[in-house]
Amino acid sequence: MSRDGTGVPHSGGAAYLGMPAFPRAAETATRDDRLRANLRHATHTIRAKRARAVAELDDWARLRQAGAAIKDRTLRHLDHHLVRLEEAVTRAGGTVHWAADAAEANRIVTDLVRATGEREVVKVKSMATQEIGLNEALAEAGIRAYETDLAELIVQLGDDLPSHILVPAIHRNRGEIRDIFRDRMASWGRPAPEGLTDRPAELAEAARRHLREKFLRAKVGLSGANFMVAETGTLVVVESEGNGRMCLTLPETLISVVGIEKTVPTWRDLEVFLQLLPRSSTAERMNPYTSMWTGTADGDGPRVFHLVLLDNGRTDTLADEVGRQALRCIRCSACLNVCPVYERAGGHAYGSPYPGPIGAILTPQLRGLASPLEESLPYASSLCGACFEVCPVAIDIPEVLVHLRERVVEGGEVTIRGTRTTIKPAKRHTAERAAMRAARWTFDHPGALRRGQWILSRSRRLRPRRLPGPGRAWTDTRELPAVPAESFRDWWARTRGGTA
Amino acid sequence: MRVGLFVTCVNDSLYPRTGRAVVSLLERLGVRVDFPTAQSCCGQPMFNTGYRHETEPLVRRYAAAFRDHDYVVTPSGSCAAMVRDNYPRIGAGAEAEGRGTELSEAAAGAVPKTYELTEFLVDVLGVTDVGAYFPHTVTYHPTCHGLRMLGLGDRPRRLLEHVEGLELRELDGAEECCGFGGTFAVKNPAVSAAMGSDKCRAVARTGAEVVCTVDNSCLMHIGGVLAREGSPVRPVHIAEILAGTKDSVR
Ligand code: SF4
Repeated sequence: MSRDGTGVPHSGGAAYLGMPAFPRAAETATRDDRLRANLRHATHTIRAKRARAVAELDDWARLRQAGAAIKDRTLRHLDHHLVRLEEAVTRAGGTVHWAADAAEANRIVTDLVRATGEREVVKVKSMATQEIGLNEALAEAGIRAYETDLAELIVQLGDDLPSHILVPAIHRNRGEIRDIFRDRMASWGRPAPEGLTDRPAELAEAARRHLREKFLRAKVGLSGANFMVAETGTLVVVESEGNGRMCLTLPETLISVVGIEKTVPTWRDLEVFLQLLPRSSTAERMNPYTSMWTGTADGDGPRVFHLVLLDNGRTDTLADEVGRQALRCIRCSACLNVCPVYERAGGHAYGSPYPGPIGAILTPQLRGLASPLEESLPYASSLCGACFEVCPVAIDIPEVLVHLRERVVEGGEVTIRGTRTTIKPAKRHTAERAAMRAARWTFDHPGALRRGQWILSRSRRLRPRRLPGPGRAWTDTRELPAVPAESFRDWWARTRGGTA
Repeated sequence: MRVGLFVTCVNDSLYPRTGRAVVSLLERLGVRVDFPTAQSCCGQPMFNTGYRHETEPLVRRYAAAFRDHDYVVTPSGSCAAMVRDNYPRIGAGAEAEGRGTELSEAAAGAVPKTYELTEFLVDVLGVTDVGAYFPHTVTYHPTCHGLRMLGLGDRPRRLLEHVEGLELRELDGAEECCGFGGTFAVKNPAVSAAMGSDKCRAVARTGAEVVCTVDNSCLMHIGGVLAREGSPVRPVHIAEILAGTKDSVR
């Protein structure tokens, strides 16, 4: 854990910066047997439950289509819906702020908290605030942000990073959680009880007591939102533990940071998502705690409400005709739970709070192809398509992955901070580009292809067990196939008399 | 009916046995097949790695090679999916770049006549019993592109269930990717190998002598891991099983 001048401990969203490219981080994870066992067990359990919950509805395919269509329609006219949202929130007594990027959003929130004179805030689990590294920004200003979602608490106490959208501590098992509680709770507030075991009920009770103090004391609450209904200016938070309800109702001031793509035009639209989300995410028919609020109300809940609308790369993403479908995402995490790559690589390898298939298409778009990490993410997939199959808003993740691969190797037109720019092909792909060109040339000249096959078959007895250079990546773990004495083409020419 | 065989570059160069099996199977079923030698590769390796422009000549080549055929049959789920799903995208991409409709037209001609082998057998020829004999225990791995892009469903299984002497063994986690994924296998070798060895463990648990798929590229990976681990399980393409007869038993 790092400590800044104020003595405020903080776990680092900043730690995502400078992370190695996906293949290297993933390789480390594949060697961690405990991590792989934890992930395998957890994802397979949720996967099976989701499949059952979805199979209960015979109109699932239509619901899914409706979800995708509503999101697409809304995104097409997002500017219009956002203005309506702003008007409605303002009418209901809230204040709306616009943040172009992470730094601006952090500045707005920090100033708002400072203005209350408070040094502590309680937080509802929120992806947007992780994306912008809000906790760290607040810590810099001497403000402590307490995570109140059980899994987020585990991550925060462990000075760790989340590795799953829905279950941020999915990489931890019960024993590890017990140790974290025992060792770390005291420095954040109420210590863990003596003799704490790894029984889930005891762990939950320890967390409950630790958090209760904070709920009752906090004057400022921070949240994100799953949806924002433009027609009434209503925000919606969907959660399972009730901690969100506490944060949204007890404090005097509530500040919500929400990505602009979370807008839905009407309550009728919301209805579709309140069916799609719980079944896809927790495999529940209905979500346990759904909190909705519209501005402020006298004598009921927070008296001051601020909404910070976050862009941070979303408008740029919207400008990409293929890539924009990533903005339909409702963060259910179904794609993570079915992803064979996520299961083996773990969430941290994706270098952002958005891991798994959705992270592989969202991070390179929100941040741009800014570093070797972002450039490696579109390749973090075998294109098996399991993610697309389960996605409740039908995001064709493989299509976007291939599209982004093209951006990496061929460059092309992108929008960065609202300006159309042409980016150059990534340098590290030069050798690969030459190889692909050569392969294409050979395939486009069957005579050359035939000569290549002839050389291959003449050298068939060489069949090495280990290849040098890039070929090693294959032969380290796999045998090469045996090369036949005669290609199909030659067999055909010999037996059917065709000319090849 | 004029039927062309698209053997695919992987089968042409590395698994000619599979191509020969398709020819003998179809001929046994009374279908005369033709092998236009102008064919080569569908372009999948380039397309999936991000080199869309490099695939354009191969789209043209495919469309021209099979211009006069009513059907194109291919023993590869992923190559059939490449044609069906991605050729129209390549066409649309060229149009969006202001290069006319020529590629879109090539794609539109190629897509409806392209069939993966088991689709052709079940949907076009209407057979599930191809009169095959294969006296072995077999487990079937449904490859991702066959399963999710083409939607082959139970076609391969129905064909296998009718093979005399064949005993089908259920594969645990059958629908999970084997970890091949084209260039994924070398770009993310650790994860690819981890997926491959999990798949091979599941194959071993079935106790089958043979693991079978509709795609030799996945089998190359699965077979490569099996061989490295010293497993006796043999990877065999479904065409070779369906082509087997009592006279040809190996
Ligand atoms: S991409 Fe689809 S499946 Fe994945 S988290 Fe988003 S909505 Fe869920």
